[in-house]
Amino acid sequence: MRRQAVAAGVSALAILTAAPAIAEIRIGASLAITGPAAFLGDPEAKTLEMLVEELNANGGINGEEVELIVYDDGADPNKARTFATRLIEEDEVVAVIGGSSTGATMAMAPLFADYEIPFISLAGAVVIVDPVQEFVFKTPHTDRMACEKIFADITARGLSKVGLISGTDGFGASMREQCLDVAEASGVEIVADESYGATDSDMTPQLTNIAATDGIEAIVNPGFGQGPAVVTRNYAQLGLELPFYQSHGVASDAFLDLAGEAAEGLRLPATPLLIPDQLAEDDPQRQPVQDYIAAYEEKYGEKPSTFGGYAYDAFHLLVDAIERAGSTDPVEIRDALEATEGHAGVTGVYSFTPEDHMGLDLSAFRILKVADGGWKPVEE
Amino acid sequence: MAGQGTTVATAPVETARRAHVGNGKARALIGPGLCTFLIFAVLVALGALIFPSSYFYRVGTLVWINTLAVTGIVVLLGYVGLVSLGHAGFFAIGAYATAIGPNYGIPSPLAMAGGVALAGLLALVVGRPILRLSGYYLAIATLGLGMLIWMVLSKEAWLTGGPDGMTVSGMNARNLFKLVGLKLKSAEAWYWVAGFVAAIGAAIAVNLANSPSGRALRAIHDSDVAARSLGIDVARAKSRAFVISAIYAAVAGALLALANGYITPETGGFMHSVEMVTMAVLGGAASVFGALVGALILTALPQLLTVFADYEHMVLGAIMVVTMIAMRRGLVPFIADLWNRRKS
Repeated sequence: MRRQAVAAGVSALAILTAAPAIAEIRIGASLAITGPAAFLGDPEAKTLEMLVEELNANGGINGEEVELIVYDDGADPNKARTFATRLIEEDEVVAVIGGSSTGATMAMAPLFADYEIPFISLAGAVVIVDPVQEFVFKTPHTDRMACEKIFADITARGLSKVGLISGTDGFGASMREQCLDVAEASGVEIVADESYGATDSDMTPQLTNIAATDGIEAIVNPGFGQGPAVVTRNYAQLGLELPFYQSHGVASDAFLDLAGEAAEGLRLPATPLLIPDQLAEDDPQRQPVQDYIAAYEEKYGEKPSTFGGYAYDAFHLLVDAIERAGSTDPVEIRDALEATEGHAGVTGVYSFTPEDHMGLDLSAFRILKVADGGWKPVEE
Repeated sequence: MAGQGTTVATAPVETARRAHVGNGKARALIGPGLCTFLIFAVLVALGALIFPSSYFYRVGTLVWINTLAVTGIVVLLGYVGLVSLGHAGFFAIGAYATAIGPNYGIPSPLAMAGGVALAGLLALVVGRPILRLSGYYLAIATLGLGMLIWMVLSKEAWLTGGPDGMTVSGMNARNLFKLVGLKLKSAEAWYWVAGFVAAIGAAIAVNLANSPSGRALRAIHDSDVAARSLGIDVARAKSRAFVISAIYAAVAGALLALANGYITPETGGFMHSVEMVTMAVLGGAASVFGALVGALILTALPQLLTVFADYEHMVLGAIMVVTMIAMRRGLVPFIADLWNRRKS
């Protein structure tokens, strides 16, 4: 499906003069399908392909077929910018989804203002929407919100003295900075601040240091990949009893497999994707979450990830905006997108405003805890 | 034999050079440097004539920027026979200086110049000790240097924005053209700027090859010992070539930073270093036209291959293997040889 779509898009390169006929609505995407960020781009691309197929089977948007053109930028900002130019100029898309990584997103972003094409990024960093750029939106919540959510849960338990142990990779470093930044306003005090390399295999010394800090009441681990699983196992080996928090970066079943029994009792902020059957009947996200999981499992035979969820939301937000705009004019689509209100997705409930192009609040995150090898929502 | 420790196919540089610096008469009239500049200028203009959209200008810009960076590799690898696997580091220094400068109130052109100077200085300081090595040892030493630069860029988030990269504010090439009353899209403006700088870079490299210093470099390429016995200061000449090639990389990096408006530490990553050397070897490391052909193929081909996205790496790999087996000195010298043989 992707190759067919791409083949249509690339024909322009082979035949210099032939402009592609526009008989349908074209949506572009530049994602990190291969390379170091493939864990982001792969489920995102799969999700988009699945959704387009589904949409066209149901009659498209306002009766028009949708064509998806996906390029693989391998998280390279340089390539991403080239592909964004190509999507806009050659493929004549009405909107672009993508940028799995912050770097790719930021390299593409200025183009969308120049050409007045709406763009929905799937990357995490705050800089994408702060300051707000007229044509740039994003669906994932930020690491800043994850910190706020964790700290809110910590203060709700009557605790305040927190130790951080962070990965030095992009995710860990960025989240650590945000946590330090929001700590005071959230009413917690960072009393210890340790770090580890993303591929380290033993974090016992850092954890021992933190545990030995005066008055320490809770430990937070901003990190991604295997690091947090090692921290979790070391934590259990040391027999630490302090409340322990992981980040949304490891909110997946794969993490439970890696960390095993050591994960029992820890908490983290996550999207409702992890607890589809435990959502309340009247939860607005219940329907999209269950729909997404059922469709994805049927098509690919595996569970969808949080990252695929970002693409799911971006696509539905866009389709919804095109339907409401009743037009395929990119500027009108953008205006409709910005007017989105109360759109329930799998990540959260989106309401965009001219000042807020992410559209989520803290309620998008649920604090979950690990119990009996599975995820359980923590009552607030 | 000490100087011949390099693993890259060492071409009989003299033939290769004669083949593409342009043919005798034109060269004799206007000099090889100017001749090269004019050929490049015609190619730049030719591109602009046939490009139907900004997307093509964008790819064209990347081709010229890569050509410039690879020309630096040609000076080092093709002229002297030294392999560097850390040139992305110098590239990134140029890029990051251009990005960081405006944040501290330094105007873009000045920041750019500063970055280029810094890269040159670093090459001078580091070059002295590591250029005593040759072959694999030099490759590993330069690789380490590149890694160090990459690590600094990734870790010093307060300065460089960390792994997520940073925005490059400041100059747009469009404004340069506005000064003379030309209204261009920014993709077109960057194309002309990058093409112009690449043409100048190529002309300088060709002139260098034909100067006494260049001849000294080529003598070293053939044999360190023989060159020394001719009275050439080998250490000094190598260091000079290393600095020059670092400057080429840094200028290319600065251009890329400005043209993209955003940079990440990957510009200084190991893969980027390898990519530059690959372009030089594919096109033919002995000449600036090899740099152009290598940059053109490896920049444009992935764009054509998006149709076969899943096979892209396989096709690129196959091209490399075939080139290395059938055309050991690279595409341009191979084709030039064929041409010469047919004529004689």
